[in-house]
Amino acid sequence: MQQIIYFIQKYKYFLFFLLLEFFALFLIINNHSFHKSKFVNSANKITGGFYQKTSQISDYFHLKERNIELANENIKLKNQIEKLRVNIDSTTEVKVIDTSNFNQKYLYINAKITKNEYHKAFNFLTLDKGQKDSIFSEMAVMNSKGIIGITDATSKKYARVQSILNKNSRINARLKNGYHFGTLKWNGENYNVVQLTDIPRQAKVTIGDTIITGGKSTIFPEGILIGKVIKVNLGKTATNSLDIRLFNDMSNLGNVYVVKNYQKEEIKNLENNNNE
Amino acid sequence: MNRSLYLTFLFLSLLFLQVFILNNILLFGYVNPYLYIAFVFFYPLKENRFLFLFFAFFLGLCVDFFSDTGGIHAFSILFIAYIRLTFVRFFFKKTPIDYALFRLESEQFGKIFNFVVILTLIHHLLLFSFANFSFQNFGSVLLNTLLSSIFTLLLFFLGTYIFRKKR
Repeated sequence: MQQIIYFIQKYKYFLFFLLLEFFALFLIINNHSFHKSKFVNSANKITGGFYQKTSQISDYFHLKERNIELANENIKLKNQIEKLRVNIDSTTEVKVIDTSNFNQKYLYINAKITKNEYHKAFNFLTLDKGQKDSIFSEMAVMNSKGIIGITDATSKKYARVQSILNKNSRINARLKNGYHFGTLKWNGENYNVVQLTDIPRQAKVTIGDTIITGGKSTIFPEGILIGKVIKVNLGKTATNSLDIRLFNDMSNLGNVYVVKNYQKEEIKNLENNNNE
Repeated sequence: MNRSLYLTFLFLSLLFLQVFILNNILLFGYVNPYLYIAFVFFYPLKENRFLFLFFAFFLGLCVDFFSDTGGIHAFSILFIAYIRLTFVRFFFKKTPIDYALFRLESEQFGKIFNFVVILTLIHHLLLFSFANFSFQNFGSVLLNTLLSSIFTLLLFFLGTYIFRKKR
């Protein structure tokens, strides 16, 4: 017994050091699994609040670019409305749908990025809205130019987003001119270029082809822009991968939309039933 | 009282300097200085070592909270905080009796330089290895370590030169 006490006395600093070091290691490993990283993240009250304050100041420097971006998007949406209006006019049969609210599949929630990063191998962003505005884990984040990431941890007022520039990120994507789909990953090197892997060999891909989200997951709606192909690695390897240049400049992001899928539960339940 | 006030001030100013200014520098797109480790160099030797280890760990953890990195900053700053004493003995040839009177500023520049450079390099190497979190890209880890260390050291020595007390 005395030996043990003597041992602890002698190595007390080292034991304390080991204890803290193991705790840090535990946090590092937890940060790499999608659902466990609840504790150390920037979406809590204090850090979220600080980031909101600082972004309120720095936002003034980007107002011009944001205005142009929003104006461009408005033009795009207005053109779409005009196209739809033509379609409506030309149909003879007019149906009045009362249940349009119940048939809506996706809800878009407006949010702003208060912290952005793109230089690490595992990047996370912070948003200024959280559970209060019905943003929860596993929801898509995008802007008018393309996809940005998936929310992974939320607090009452803030949310953390796992960026597509995160080595753990996996997103279903496909070619715009075909239905061959693959998995979108990032190798951690260039923040403008991501990789589309596991695309079947019979898929005809040429440089300049557009890549969009596949809609095979319950997170992203189908057809959101991602980027265009800049390099085709003709595959002798098992993982056939394409290099894709993002439409989004990930180093310059402001307003984003968070996408809520109303039918997620229904789809998930169905998929789980099949497994049994 | 005065001393603990000074340490609190040092803690908070280094934390906010790191997360709001230095984390956004991104020289050449990816090189950041990590100046918050100056806390380890400036913390007095004679204080309680448990408290020192804990505060160093906590400072790292706070930086982690802000930059969403799990615990890599906490891990690396705690490591250099623990091995600091060994290097003080090695470079400044001090025995435990001298700890009470030890002040970093009053030592020779050459010795301070060696001491700070070694600890910074160890910290940055650990930091980037854990940030990378795989055995690939080891070259980029080394490159990052080297460039960031140079940047950190430059800022550290400039800072200590500017804020030096005139005699």
